[in-house]
Amino acid sequence: MERVFETPIAEERIRKLEAGDVIYVSGIIFTARDEAHKVLLERGEPFPLEGLALFHCGPVVRKRGEAWEVIAAGPTTSMRMESLEPRFLRKFKPRVIIGKGGMGAGTLKALVEVGAVYCHFTGGAGALAARAIKGVREVHYLEELGIPEAIWVFEVERFGPLVVAMDSHGRSLYAEVGAVVQKNLEKIRARTKEG
Amino acid sequence: MKEKLVGRLVEALREAATVLPVDVVRALEAARDKEVGPARVQLEAILENVCLAKDNGVPICQDTGTQTFFVRVGTAFPYLEELRTAIPEAVRRATQEVPLRPNTVHPFTKKNPGDNTGRFIPYVTWELVPGDSAEIHLLPKGGGSENCCKLTMLTPAVGIPGVKEVVVEHIANCRGLPCPPTVVGVGVGGGADLSLKLGKLALLRPVGERHPEPEVAALEAELEEMINSLGIGPMGLGGKTTVLAVHVEYAHRHPASLPLGIVVQCWADRRAHVVISPKGEITLTGDA
Repeated sequence: MERVFETPIAEERIRKLEAGDVIYVSGIIFTARDEAHKVLLERGEPFPLEGLALFHCGPVVRKRGEAWEVIAAGPTTSMRMESLEPRFLRKFKPRVIIGKGGMGAGTLKALVEVGAVYCHFTGGAGALAARAIKGVREVHYLEELGIPEAIWVFEVERFGPLVVAMDSHGRSLYAEVGAVVQKNLEKIRARTKEG
Repeated sequence: MKEKLVGRLVEALREAATVLPVDVVRALEAARDKEVGPARVQLEAILENVCLAKDNGVPICQDTGTQTFFVRVGTAFPYLEELRTAIPEAVRRATQEVPLRPNTVHPFTKKNPGDNTGRFIPYVTWELVPGDSAEIHLLPKGGGSENCCKLTMLTPAVGIPGVKEVVVEHIANCRGLPCPPTVVGVGVGGGADLSLKLGKLALLRPVGERHPEPEVAALEAELEEMINSLGIGPMGLGGKTTVLAVHVEYAHRHPASLPLGIVVQCWADRRAHVVISPKGEITLTGDA
């Protein structure tokens, strides 16, 4: 099922999503990598994050006069945020996490508790992401963290496609694919041994 | 001549960052036609992204990589000094003009010079060949896939079956991390450093072209079939396509060693090719 989710997103809508669904997000998404997670957890949110989408991303941006222009903004590897994400989810309640590569058991548990989903955006699709970003509303901690690590607040329209890879019912496509890969690897090993 | 060279190399760097080679696009299209569900969604997004980047002249991926040059230069090539100095200058200019993400960081001080250059970077390898022209392959390579490269020093007794096992197991362990569907370069023999270099050189061959020697070509086909039966799929979300191609290169080895270098390249298998004639004519892949 393909649906567009307008931020702020209510918990009930997220609870209806299942692993494998494809969604798009319109409204506000903010970026945060490891350093930004730490800063927000220590100093609190600069604006209400509940119901928004959190994007694991370090964008390529260029300043045109006073305005920022986003040139490419694909996702970064989410697993680097695993040690911080469960606390982040419980404290700020973003409803959608956007990244690549998936996250671990701690985050999956927090998604179930809070009522949020983890979505996979195609790794490397930086131009496609930039097209959906209509403007930069704010940027936080730019001086302190630098361009890739700063907290960028984007206005987006139909940002996606986003594959729901970890849902709020405890299903993770990564865990499921991992089990399949392990089984297939055993089969290949048995085959090469015979050969 | 140097100014002309810098200008054309900036164009080649721009082409590599923004236009995916046609052989890779064809392979991605063929993969899309075979897939359903989340795997197909990923490949459709990739192909749409490739079109957007080309049409708007912007980088395909925000990780524009480390700039790497493989130069084959004729022993009678007349512009050796111009070429040697033009390469880092072109990288500096392309970083501003394309733009490329400034990716070079000092490992001790973490200082970023901001222009994609630094100690030994851009990485240039020079190979001397007979003749009076020069040929350059550009291979900008992202960090995510480079982090999935691996060197294994095998016991020669395990032979080529041992090589197969390590390659398949390694790609299985990488799952979605290197942004599959990937192109995998496998270097067999030589030595520790040479096997990895051979793996990288193997990536310069267009996707869909087999090694000219039948035993090597057969190994490539077998590895592709094995890896694609793992079920990792595009972006690790499950599916039939985990690799677009496996390319194998080899060198003679020491009797006591069987080095195996595995080099993984993400779906954004970005390359550009430049030829410089002794008269100073410079041709780019994109000129055609």
